[in-house]
Amino acid sequence: MTLLGTFSLWVALLLSVWGAAFAFAGTWKTRPELARTITRSTYAIFACLFVAALSLWKGLASHDMNIEYVAAYTSRNLPGYYTFSAFWAGQKGSLLFWGFVLSIFAALAQLLTPRRHADLLPYVAGVTSTVTGFFVLTMIAAANPFDRLPYTPVDGRGLNPQLQNIFMIIHPPMLYLGYISVTIPFAFAIAALLQGRLDTGWIHAIRKWTITSWLFLSIGITLGMWWAYVELGWGGFWAWDPVENASFLPWCTMTAFLHSVMIQEKRGMLKRWNVGLVVGTFLLSIFGTFITRSGVIQSVHSFTQSNVGYFFLAFLVVAGILTYTLLYVRWPRLEPEVPLESMVSREAAFLFNNLILVGIAFSVLWGTLFPILSEWVRGTKITVGVPFFNRVNAPLGLFLLALTGIGPLIAWRKASLANLQRQFTFPVIAGLAVLGGLLAAGMREFYALMSFTFAAFTLGTIIQEYARGTRARMRMHGESLPLALGRLVSRNRRRYGGYLVHVGVLIYFIAFAGQAFVVQQEATLKPGESVKLRSAYGQTYTFTHVGISQFKQLNRRVTAATVKLERDGQPDGVITSEKRQHFTTDASGQEVPSFEPSTEVGIRSSLKQDIYVVFAGAVRGPDGLPTEEATYRFNINPLVAWLWLGGLILVTGGVITRWPGAGATALASERRGEGGYRVAIAEGAA
Amino acid sequence: MSGIDRRDWLRAAIAGVALVGARSLAAQATGAAAGAQAGSPQQPDSQAAGAQSAGDAAAEQGPTLGGRGDVGTLADPDAVGRPRDRVLPMDNDAAIRELELGLKCPCPCGLDIYTCRTTDFTCTYSPEAHKQVLAYAADGKSADEIRAAFVAQYGERALMAPVAKGFNLAGYLVPGIAVLTAGAVLTWVLTRRNQVAAVAGNGGAGVGAARMTAAARESNAGVAASAGSPGAGAAAPSVDATPEELEALRRALADDDA
Repeated sequence: MTLLGTFSLWVALLLSVWGAAFAFAGTWKTRPELARTITRSTYAIFACLFVAALSLWKGLASHDMNIEYVAAYTSRNLPGYYTFSAFWAGQKGSLLFWGFVLSIFAALAQLLTPRRHADLLPYVAGVTSTVTGFFVLTMIAAANPFDRLPYTPVDGRGLNPQLQNIFMIIHPPMLYLGYISVTIPFAFAIAALLQGRLDTGWIHAIRKWTITSWLFLSIGITLGMWWAYVELGWGGFWAWDPVENASFLPWCTMTAFLHSVMIQEKRGMLKRWNVGLVVGTFLLSIFGTFITRSGVIQSVHSFTQSNVGYFFLAFLVVAGILTYTLLYVRWPRLEPEVPLESMVSREAAFLFNNLILVGIAFSVLWGTLFPILSEWVRGTKITVGVPFFNRVNAPLGLFLLALTGIGPLIAWRKASLANLQRQFTFPVIAGLAVLGGLLAAGMREFYALMSFTFAAFTLGTIIQEYARGTRARMRMHGESLPLALGRLVSRNRRRYGGYLVHVGVLIYFIAFAGQAFVVQQEATLKPGESVKLRSAYGQTYTFTHVGISQFKQLNRRVTAATVKLERDGQPDGVITSEKRQHFTTDASGQEVPSFEPSTEVGIRSSLKQDIYVVFAGAVRGPDGLPTEEATYRFNINPLVAWLWLGGLILVTGGVITRWPGAGATALASERRGEGGYRVAIAEGAA
Repeated sequence: MSGIDRRDWLRAAIAGVALVGARSLAAQATGAAAGAQAGSPQQPDSQAAGAQSAGDAAAEQGPTLGGRGDVGTLADPDAVGRPRDRVLPMDNDAAIRELELGLKCPCPCGLDIYTCRTTDFTCTYSPEAHKQVLAYAADGKSADEIRAAFVAQYGERALMAPVAKGFNLAGYLVPGIAVLTAGAVLTWVLTRRNQVAAVAGNGGAGVGAARMTAAARESNAGVAASAGSPGAGAAAPSVDATPEELEALRRALADDDA
C-alpha cells in the first residue's frame, strides 16, 4: 500500500502542476475544451489523494509497523477509533489529511458552483491545484507518510495519551476543515482579480463557502477549548498558546469579512477591503500551519520540528507577494460605488466592527511574534504569555461585544436621533439593570462587570429585533407567535441566524467573565479526610477522599482516586479523577509503559459552576513508594458550561445562516446584486 | 428491672460515659493530626472559611468512612507516576500563587510555574522552581525581589509578560496605537470622501443609495472607454451600474430565461 500511496502522491503532484500551469497561462479562454480539462483535473487530483489516504488508513488499520508513521503514532492495543484518528495525529499524516480534504473541497467547488460563474472556475481550479500541489510536494520532499523503516518493530510507540480523547477525534479535523476550506473563497477572490470580474458575482459564489469555513473554524476552536479543559487539567480552556492563537487569527478576519461583505452587497463599498480580508484569511491559515509545524515558536501543541517549516515559510512569502501584487494591480477597479453618508450608520458600525476584529487579530499576531522581534532587535529572549494577551485584548474584546449590540441598532445610510432613541432605549435599560444588580450584589471585578453589562445590552438588542420582527409578521399576516417566529427566521435566515450567532458570542463572554471567580486549592488527604472550599456563590463544598483503586482498562493501567462531595453539608455524589499509564508490548510480550502517566480530570458540570477535581498523584510513603494518601487540586469554576452552550448556539445560528436555499429575501438580494444594482434603502430604515 | 440493682446501673452509666468520652477524644486527636496537613493557616480570604481541617469535619459529621490511620502502599506503584510530596500550607498561599502565575516554568512547556506544577505532574522543573519561590519568600524577599531573582537567574523570559519599559513598551502599545490610528484614518478618509461626494453633488443624505462618487465615475468611465462604450468620457450613465454589472445583469436574466 505504501507504493500505491507514494505513486498516488506523485500523480497528484503532476496533475496539480499541469492544472495550475494551464489555468494561469490563460489559453483556456479561447479553448473551451481546455477549460473543461482544467476544471476536471481537480477531480483527478481528488481521486489520487483519496487513494493515498486509503493507503495510509489501510496501513494504520492493519498495524503495518514497518511504516514509520504507523509505528510512531499507534500501537497494536490502541482502540480502533483512535487508530483511525491517528491519521492526523502526526505531522506527515496531517499533511496528507490536509491535501486530501483540500482536494475534496476543490472538486466540490467545481461541482457545486452555479454555471453563471463558469468563467471563474478554471482560475479557481488553478489556485486550488497550486495549493494542493504545494502540500503534496511538501509531503514528497520532506514528510512522506509512507516512509518505511529499515526494520519492523513488534509494536508501535502508541498514541500520545492526551490525544486519546474523544474530542481529539473531531477537534483537529474540524479545525483543519476550517483552515482548508478558506482556500476556496481565496481561490474565487484570486480568480475574480485575474479575470477582472470584480462585481459582486464572486462574493455570491463564495458566500456559502465563507460561512462553512467560519463554522468549521468556530467548531474547531470551541472543541479545542473543550479538549484543553477536560484533558489538560489546568482548569482553564484558553492559554493564548501560539497554536491556539494561530487558529484564532483567521477566525477574526473571516468574521470581519462576513460582516463587511454585507456592506459590499448592499452598498457597493469596501471592495478592496473584502478582497484583502479573504486573501489575509488564507495567508493567516497558512501562517498558523507554519507556526504549528516549524517549531519557530515554542508551543505545547507543536508537531515535531522538521524542515517542512521552510516550505511553508517560502509558500507564505511567495503567496503573499503574488496576491497582494495582484490586488494592487486591480486596485483602481475596486473603487467603492457610494460614499459613506454618515458615521452614525450601520455601515460605519460594521466598519468599526471590522476594525476591532482585525485589531484583535493584529494584537494577537503581534503578541505571538513579539518574542521573535525582541530577540532580533535586542538579542533578548522574552515570554509573552497569558497576562500580556489578557491585558491587551480584554479592552478590545469588550469593545467588540458592545459593537455587536450597537451594529444592528443603527439604520443603514444614516441614523436619525429619533431612530437611535427608539432602538437603544430597551437594550441600554437592560444593560444598566444588570450592571446595577451586580453592583448591588457586591461584584467589583471590572472586566466581569463590563462583560455582563455589555452581554445584557447585546442580548437586549437581539430580543428587541426578534420581538419586533415577529410582532410585525403577526400583525401583517395574522400568524400565531410560533409560526411568525419560525417564518421570520426561515425567510431571512442570514439576518436572524446571524443574531443567534451573536447570542452565542455574548454567552462566550459570560463564560469568560466567570473565570474571575474561580476558587482553587491543593490538598493532601488520607482516606476519610476532608477539605472545604467556598464557591463564588457562597456554597461550601466538602471534598472527602474516599480512596484509590487500581485496575487495567483497554491499553492502560488506571489509578482512580475518588472523592465524596457534599454541598452545604448535603451529599452531592462522588467524583473520580484518574492517572493513566498507557502501555505497549515488547518483543517478549511484556507490557512496557509507552508514555509518562497522564491525568484524567473529574468534572461535575452544571450551568452554575463546574466542580473540577484533579488527582495530582499519590503521596510517597516511608519506603518511597506511592501510598493511598492522595494529593488533589480542587477547582470550582463558575459558568464554564456556558462556553459549550454558547458554542452550540453559535453553531446553530451559523447553520441556519448557511442552510441551503438562502431564503426568499436573500435570493432576491443575490439576483439584484449580480445584476449590479441594489435596493435603495428608505431613509431611516433599520 | 428487678434483676438489676442500683450499683449495676451506676457501673453501666460510668462505663458508657467513659466510652463516649474516649471515642470523642480519639476522633479529635485524629482530626487534629489530619488538620495539621489539610488545613492552611495562610488560606486566602475567599477560602479561609472553606479550608477546614479534617478534624473539624469529623467533629461536625462524625466518622463516616473507614481506613483512617496509616495508609497502605498502592498495589501497582508504577501506574501512578512519580510519588508526590504532601501539600504544605504555603502551597496554597494566594500571594505565592499570584507570583507564580507571573513566572514562567523553566521547562519548554510555555506555562507559568503555578499552572505547570499543578497541571503537568511529569514536569520536574516547576516543583523545583516552586521550592525556590518558597525559599525566597521564607528569606523575607518581596514579590518584586523574587521576580528580580528569577530574571537574574533565567533572564527576562522568566516573566510571563515582559516588563513594560524600553522596547517592551512597543509590545503593549503598538496594538492599541494601531487600532486607534486605523480608526482615526478610517474616519478621516470616509468623512473626506463624503465631503468630496457632497461637493460633486452626488452624495448627501436622501439622494439615493446607489449614487457614485466622482472617483467611481472616473473609474467606470475608464472601464467603459476601454470597452468601447459610447458612454466613455461622457457624463455618468443614468443607470447606476458599471458596464460589468450590466453585463452580469444580462447574464443573470439570460440564466433565468433559460
